[in-house]
Amino acid sequence: MSEKLTRFFASRWGIILAGAVIGLLAPVLQYAGNPKNMGICVACFERDIAGALGLHRAAVVQYVRPEIVAFVLGSTIAALLFREFKARAGSAPIVRFVLGMFAMIGALAFLGCPWRALLRFSAGDLNAVVGLLGLTTGIVVGVQFLKAGYNLGRSHKTYPAVGWIMPVLMIGLLLLLVFNVKVSDTGALFFSESGPGSQHAFWLISLGAGLIIGFLAQRTRFCTMGSIRDVILMRDTHLISGLAALVVVAVVMNLILGQFGPIAFFGQPVAHSQHLWNFLGMALSGLAFALAGGCPGRQLFLAGEGDGDSAVFVLGMITGAGLAHNFTLAGSPDAVVEGVQKVGGINPYGMAAVILGLVVCVVLGLTMRQKVEG
Amino acid sequence: MTHTVDARGLSCPQPVILARNAIQVGKFPIEVLVETVTSRENVRRAAEKLGCAVQVEDLGDEFMLTLTK
Repeated sequence: MSEKLTRFFASRWGIILAGAVIGLLAPVLQYAGNPKNMGICVACFERDIAGALGLHRAAVVQYVRPEIVAFVLGSTIAALLFREFKARAGSAPIVRFVLGMFAMIGALAFLGCPWRALLRFSAGDLNAVVGLLGLTTGIVVGVQFLKAGYNLGRSHKTYPAVGWIMPVLMIGLLLLLVFNVKVSDTGALFFSESGPGSQHAFWLISLGAGLIIGFLAQRTRFCTMGSIRDVILMRDTHLISGLAALVVVAVVMNLILGQFGPIAFFGQPVAHSQHLWNFLGMALSGLAFALAGGCPGRQLFLAGEGDGDSAVFVLGMITGAGLAHNFTLAGSPDAVVEGVQKVGGINPYGMAAVILGLVVCVVLGLTMRQKVEG
Repeated sequence: MTHTVDARGLSCPQPVILARNAIQVGKFPIEVLVETVTSRENVRRAAEKLGCAVQVEDLGDEFMLTLTK
């Protein structure tokens, strides 16, 4: 029975199911209170967690997002049920940390991870098209490195405790949220009173939706970056059929819930129309995800099934979010000031950070080429 | 002689790349060692797509896939 289920989840219908469920639940989470076109955004939500812990002090983006907690724990539950939980680590963790940092800096320049790019697209935000083109470009570059022998080296089986660190950390975060911990008037936790951080579904709804997605994604290996990579690298359309299902279902759900449109560039929710940096920000993210072997969601699911290296990538992303906001690297949304349209975007520090990230990723891609003998 | 590909501990998509390279070299049978169910399914799918027959042996902590053509 378990083997039959495993084969189903590994099949094309399995991945389509996972994509469709994400496409269904994300707009529902938005309807239930999450920010616009942000039913789910792994990067944004990790950024909000960084804010809640005080790793940055951008007052509008601070909340312990139960979706992130649940993505990890849903994956842990699936991995335990199907006997796939395996503690492993040791494949260039510091490189994965740095890749996670820059993946986050790129995502916050664009204002969203690949998941949110798809959801923004599914609601009519044309900037998402620019972002997805950038993402694809970054992955194309990553694939060239992979073809030339780039890899991060082998991980090794290790003590179960190593694999449990991330799931336990997530349980800790959940407890902080549920018990509404506040150590002092000016101390952590920090919760936004306005802005995207203040907008959220009731925590049990977020947790439930996240657990379902975490479970399905662990079984099906859903990965936004991998979807595009596999098409480029070997014309394999398995994973990308999940992405297609996500977009189709999300468009339908957005139409039903009145969350679709207008189809435009300017003035989209929590988005800017500074095209070049939307493109380059996502290119940086795409390249970093390709070099790290998974999109931000996939890294959470891997961390949930005992992969200590993916856990380090996640911590790199959360650290990157702290740095991005402390150094004002993140994008500002478009705005209308006294009746005049003002295009948002990133400032020169943000631009420098994105370029620095691209340079670092290219250097890693070129230099980490020790051939692994088959 | 059997061509063995040791893909244990390598992250996505390395096991598939190594298996595909071996299939292109064409010395069958090819044995591919992987550690995770993810890698097992990925290599199985890629090999079947390239016209190989795939047999899987569960070795406890790892899997041995034997590819033949």
